[in-house]
Amino acid sequence: MADYLNLQGWLLALLQTALFVTAAPLLVGWLRLLKARLQNRRAPALTQPYRDLSKLFRKEVIVADTASPLFRAAPYIVFSATVVTAAVIPLIAVHLPTAAIADVIVLVGFLALARFFLALAGLDVGTAFGGMGSSREMTIASLGEPAMLMAIFTLTMTAQSTNLSHAIDFLLAQGLVLRPSFMFALLALLLVAVAETGRIPVDNPTTHLELTMVHEAMILEYSGRHLALMEWAAQLKLMIYGVLIANIFFPWGIAAELTPTALLLGLAVIVLKLMLLCAVLAVAETALAKMRLFRVPGFLNLAFLFALLGMLSHVILEVGA
Amino acid sequence: MNALFATLLVPLLGSMLMAVVPRCRIAGWLNVAFAATTTVTSVILALEVLRSGPMLSAGKFFYIDAFNVYLVVLTAFVATTTAIFSRPYMDYELGRGRLNSRRMRLYHAMYQGFLFTMLLALSTNNLGILWVALEGATLATVLLVSLYRTPESVEAAWKYFILCGVGIAQALFGTVLLYFAAASVLTVPEDGLLWTTLHGIAGQLDPTVMSIAFVFLLVGYGTKVGLVPLHNWLPDAHSEGPTPMSAVLSGLLLNVALYAVVRTKMLVDGALHGVSNMPQLAGYLMMAFGLLSFLVAGLFLHRQRDIKRMFSYSSIEHMGLMTFAFGLGGPLATFAALLHMTLHSLVKSAIFVTVGHATHIAGTQAIDKIRGLIRTQPAVGWGLLLGTAAIAGFPPFGLFVSEFLLLVATMESWPWLTVALLSGLAIAFAGLFRNIHPMVYGNQPEGQLPVQANMLPVYLHLLLALWFGLAIPAVLAHWFDQATQLIAGKGVL
Amino acid sequence: MNFAQFTLQEQGVVILAALVLFASFSLLAQTRIIASIHAFAWQGALVAAATALVAFVAGQPHLYLSALITLALKAMLIPWILHRIVVKLAITREVETVVNPALVLLAAAALVAFSYYVALPVEKLSTLATRNTIAISMAVVLLGMLIMVTRRQAITQVVGFMSMENGLFFAAVVSTHGMPMVVELGVAFDLLVATVIFGVFFFQIRQSIESLDVDRLSRLAESTELDEAVEPEEPRE
Repeated sequence: MADYLNLQGWLLALLQTALFVTAAPLLVGWLRLLKARLQNRRAPALTQPYRDLSKLFRKEVIVADTASPLFRAAPYIVFSATVVTAAVIPLIAVHLPTAAIADVIVLVGFLALARFFLALAGLDVGTAFGGMGSSREMTIASLGEPAMLMAIFTLTMTAQSTNLSHAIDFLLAQGLVLRPSFMFALLALLLVAVAETGRIPVDNPTTHLELTMVHEAMILEYSGRHLALMEWAAQLKLMIYGVLIANIFFPWGIAAELTPTALLLGLAVIVLKLMLLCAVLAVAETALAKMRLFRVPGFLNLAFLFALLGMLSHVILEVGA
Repeated sequence: MNALFATLLVPLLGSMLMAVVPRCRIAGWLNVAFAATTTVTSVILALEVLRSGPMLSAGKFFYIDAFNVYLVVLTAFVATTTAIFSRPYMDYELGRGRLNSRRMRLYHAMYQGFLFTMLLALSTNNLGILWVALEGATLATVLLVSLYRTPESVEAAWKYFILCGVGIAQALFGTVLLYFAAASVLTVPEDGLLWTTLHGIAGQLDPTVMSIAFVFLLVGYGTKVGLVPLHNWLPDAHSEGPTPMSAVLSGLLLNVALYAVVRTKMLVDGALHGVSNMPQLAGYLMMAFGLLSFLVAGLFLHRQRDIKRMFSYSSIEHMGLMTFAFGLGGPLATFAALLHMTLHSLVKSAIFVTVGHATHIAGTQAIDKIRGLIRTQPAVGWGLLLGTAAIAGFPPFGLFVSEFLLLVATMESWPWLTVALLSGLAIAFAGLFRNIHPMVYGNQPEGQLPVQANMLPVYLHLLLALWFGLAIPAVLAHWFDQATQLIAGKGVL
Repeated sequence: MNFAQFTLQEQGVVILAALVLFASFSLLAQTRIIASIHAFAWQGALVAAATALVAFVAGQPHLYLSALITLALKAMLIPWILHRIVVKLAITREVETVVNPALVLLAAAALVAFSYYVALPVEKLSTLATRNTIAISMAVVLLGMLIMVTRRQAITQVVGFMSMENGLFFAAVVSTHGMPMVVELGVAFDLLVATVIFGVFFFQIRQSIESLDVDRLSRLAESTELDEAVEPEEPRE
């Protein structure tokens, strides 16, 4: 258990958060690079997302006449909620002071808060696209969230704690165990992550086609630094899901002690894991076509089915074995 | 010993031979000959068992005791008489153009194949093989149900196949559980499906697992017995298949399925004896299902429009009664059930044979179109009337005796249920006669002509039923008593 | 909590069992006939793989043979026969609608929970590492039944039936390391004959009602019986 008044610990936690937040655009850059290579296109530079963000930050902000103060506040709320979420997730080390609030339910709550304001902002201006995007987003969320919670509960039932840090500790101590419930939970979380971060086949982050867009439709009215914050938050969200999946299902390598070598190793390992995960995502996005919106519920039902099977197989196969 | 192998091999050979004999006329006679040979060998087998007691053979693979040997003889006998009826009947159908010679070949091959699977199911000691044989019996008969290729018959056969398939799958699960229970006790688990082994160690088997296994087995084999609510396939399959098939399905297959239930009940009773808080669980379940089937089928008798459907509901009713009797347990009820099993087979197959002739006379199976049978052809009309009287349990016939014995046994242990039984019998009686009466009496329709009917099997069966009703032969009574001792622990005599 | 104490192979068996269950669920959700035949083949392959792994873990060489039979029969031969029939009947593109899929899925989950409850006392008695999968095998049997109840196409009903058989076979493997060989051979033989007969039936049904939709097999329903009595066709002169 970490010592909560440990200055060094807090410093590390702060550093980790900073790393998390700054690395998120890099992850997206890596993903775009991979996709471009897979599609035989010339890839943009790895740092392109940074350039985009800095350009947006420098640009003027234009706000619609009909917008309420909520519209202006939303980017900050969304971004900070996402950053707080990122702060509590163990990225390279487990025993940090922030572990005390690294509870999965808190985490889901923060993400829901961010999404809530995002959807409100979409509605705020009163354009058709914003409303459509918000409604679609909430549909997807309402279908995806039960699956996600169920998958998470399956994991926490095994680890007997909803605290991420404890759960990772528990899994590290156990070594390699082939759990059917984890297999199903992993599949469920992968599907939910794809839906929640707006990737193909649920949403296409690169298109502004009115028929299909979800996330883009909500932030259509934003410009300048507001847009930058929203985009950054979305990139962070992708990274959050990536880190969650990488560190829960494949926790090996994460720093269990706060020594420089362990931390460096942890950093190297998480970079490797995320690169691999992105490669999988890139291949999937290249191979799959975006599906029609009314088939998304089926997709998320599959996720729910996986989560349900995970829960059932945990109870049936693993308890009292 | 050799008689046993002969009993099994003759129909198997017959089935293979029939598959290649091209001439229908010869095949019909061959069918009779093979069935008759089987009867002869089965009687020899029975005498052997009567003389020297139960026997195991072929490395414990077969087990013959008083209980199954009497069913073996009954099966072979009814199969023979039905084959005698089937020869001219199927010829007539061929002449009418409802069949072609290829389907006749299939029919004959499957008739013998069906006989083989039933005899195998009865004589095997291995509960797994019992399952395989019963499923085999379904497979052998399912194409016969759809023999006429009418949409109705195809539908009936499909229903039969699917429902029995699903049902019997449950029985396999029960069998797996049985094996599981035995394997955890035995040192050589390979023997864990042998009935003799299981019976020997019944007291050590885990009661909970055995109860669960029995539920699955009862549902599974109960589907084949035709217990309500799993009976849906039965009226369809009986009404749409060729009439000889209905006769053997009703008279024999249902018996064999019930036999399987009773065999497993004996094991479960042994496992639950004195350990569990409900030692009679298997019996109670059988009583409940049996009584339900008996009452529901009795009510359904009233609303039938098709004569073969009506009699198949009567089969459900009687199977329910027997299941109830076996469930009741005790020597008297068991004796009654065994007697009832025999007599029901004889009388019901006789009725189906008569019904086959009646439908040829009237050219239809619809009850309200069959009229004035006694005027047109007295032999058939009286046969139907007497057969119905016998199946309804009229006094001089044997079914009266078995039903009376069952009522007495019920009065002893469950007095209140006698009310249900009596009212059920009355309902069934009324249902049968209100439909039969206009068919045998009444005016014959214009142009209704007698057909060439072979009523020998009918009157033979009815005479036997009458004989058993007036005085059960000492040999037979002794035989039933031995079987009763096996099932219920002690005899009545 | 001592699932972690199993060897990796034993955990592998459990994983395969879970996948077999998933195959049942995907059979339940498939609407395309060809896809459900493929899902069934996958289930057969998974069962065979699990059997082979059990054979390895428990040192039961005869199970390798069972695994081989299962692979040949349920993962290859039967799906192949069904596939050929589908091609012959030209219904490869047929899609069937499942009434209320969410409810079916819930019912399926309830069945799994039910089989867990029923199998608990059985599992208590066992000392095998695979004992927890007994509930799974029972669930596969019950889900097979559910498939048969919810489907209207004759072929998907048969696939449900065969999937039930998969569950039964799996039950025997995980609870007692397989039934005696003679019984298993008998069951396999029955299954093969059943497949052939099913094949014959498809053509008969097709001929008589010009569709494989068994909902149209309703001439014999008890309710319509009062209205129309069933008559055999008139004798030909």
